[in-house]
Amino acid sequence: MTVATAQPRHRIRPRVAPWAFLAPAIVLFTLFLVLPIGYAIYLSFVGLRVQGGAFGTRQQVFVGFENYINALTDPELVASLGRLATFGFISVPITLGGALLVALLLDLPRVRFARFSRTAIFLPYAVPGVIATLLWGFMYLPTTSPINYVLSAIGWPTINFLGAQGIFGSLANIAVWASLGFNMIVLYTALRSIPVEVYEAARLDGASEWQIARLIKIPLLAPALLLTLIFSLIGTLQAYSEPTTLKSMSNSISNSFFPLMKVYRDAFGVDNVSGAAAMSVVLALGTLAVSVVLLRVLQRRTFEGTR
Amino acid sequence: MTAVASARRIGSSRGTAARGRGTTQWLPTIILLAASVYTLFPILWVVTASTKTAGELFSTFSLAPGTGFLENLVDLSTYEGGRYWLWALNSLIYSGGGALLSTLVSALAGFALARYNFRGRSVVFTVLFAGVLLPGITLAIPQYFLVAQAGIANTYWAVLLPSIINPFGIYLATIYAQGAVPEETIEAARIDGASEWRIFRSIALPMMAPGLVTVFMLQFIGIWNNFLLPFMMLSDESKFPLTTGLYMLLNRGTGTPVLYTYAIMGALLSIIPLVILMLVLQRYWKLELLSGSLKG
Repeated sequence: MTVATAQPRHRIRPRVAPWAFLAPAIVLFTLFLVLPIGYAIYLSFVGLRVQGGAFGTRQQVFVGFENYINALTDPELVASLGRLATFGFISVPITLGGALLVALLLDLPRVRFARFSRTAIFLPYAVPGVIATLLWGFMYLPTTSPINYVLSAIGWPTINFLGAQGIFGSLANIAVWASLGFNMIVLYTALRSIPVEVYEAARLDGASEWQIARLIKIPLLAPALLLTLIFSLIGTLQAYSEPTTLKSMSNSISNSFFPLMKVYRDAFGVDNVSGAAAMSVVLALGTLAVSVVLLRVLQRRTFEGTR
Repeated sequence: MTAVASARRIGSSRGTAARGRGTTQWLPTIILLAASVYTLFPILWVVTASTKTAGELFSTFSLAPGTGFLENLVDLSTYEGGRYWLWALNSLIYSGGGALLSTLVSALAGFALARYNFRGRSVVFTVLFAGVLLPGITLAIPQYFLVAQAGIANTYWAVLLPSIINPFGIYLATIYAQGAVPEETIEAARIDGASEWRIFRSIALPMMAPGLVTVFMLQFIGIWNNFLLPFMMLSDESKFPLTTGLYMLLNRGTGTPVLYTYAIMGALLSIIPLVILMLVLQRYWKLELLSGSLKG
């Protein structure tokens, strides 16, 4: 009975409870993230080989880095990475630059309809990529495009949105439209968390809003900007539903147009599971590496900032 | 006149510097409204396009309203015995169920990481955080093979289960719990003899609720917008969510233009509930979590 009085003090540091609370997350994380990565790595090191002469069976054998060498020297993958880079070089700077601009404008005093604009710009975030592409696809189709309708009505040449060159801008536009609002919100909420006193003094000294934005707000936004850059890069590497959906409206998109489309086709279309697994691993590790490097930069900067 | 105007300009800029009130800044307002027109334009287009018959869609000016709204609605609703509404229901099941379970899992894990000191805590946190940076979609193919081996490919579980784990949600829940659940309250409850589960359910969970709304919404929209996962996991059309269903309609539309009108009506109907949900829940969102998340 006397032991019971010591009980509460012992329970101050529970050992089992945190693991019990974490258990569902750890189990699901293992099953749907760790295991698939392990399985992809395993698949990327094996290949099917016919063994036992002419009537032999196909068996899985260890092939070392063969799948990786084949994947990395595959001109189709290299070409798809090049197309993805072209797309990313257009979409990422415009998205981040645009999001920064609208976030700074929303943060200005005496701007009308700010609430309306913020909601309107954020709205596409709730529209799935497939549906965003469907909507813009009809804007691009020569027979339904309101843009080309107006252009031809005033006698200007129409734009070939779905041609071999135009397709990059058209895809980038869908990406910008879909992700501008989310990035704007991240940057805007970061701006709101800056204490007003920080730039109120500058305002009293007669600094223009442009000077305040350039010299005070943007430097303080650096961590949030880096965060949006990381999200954008991860998002760009995963581009799949937009080009796949637009493919049914344009001949300029092949089924290996972007890396992930090629991975999907190799795995299911041409039954090259090992090659697809090797490409998946390369893409996942590549993205992870870029993100980690960017985060390191971020940590160093915030650390210097707090000193 | 000019003297008065310039004097007023100087006066107003001085005044606003101190008070932040005064005449409207028109250039920023106009740029913001132009951006709004850009984001709203395709949505306006789909509203007018949904009123058009297949013939009108390709012949009349795209922003002019047509005469076929009801006809399109009935046609879409009766397409293959109401398949569209089945897709909508499926989307709701995947997104609602997945986001609810995901939020619960994230809340449990977030509370444990934020408010317990235990051996291995930082390792768990680091590993989970690495999951945030991993491009999840590249995992869809090995996920499919594992799910197929487990014998649950082409079932609701194949889409639901992978949607429950959301490292970013766990991360946000951890950050939020650190700020919203005071350690003293937990200590006090413990001294009063409350079990750890009781502390979580009755004390921590209500305190974390505003942050969890954000975790729920982000995951709901994430699952609602997901395409590759259901595209890969499901072969039976009756289990499709809206994204894969509409993709298939559009793909078939290449041969039969009437399916285009179905896809347009379907796109409009699928946007409406999410827009309403977003507008209603906007005030409850704690989106500052997103930008503040890396500082924690």
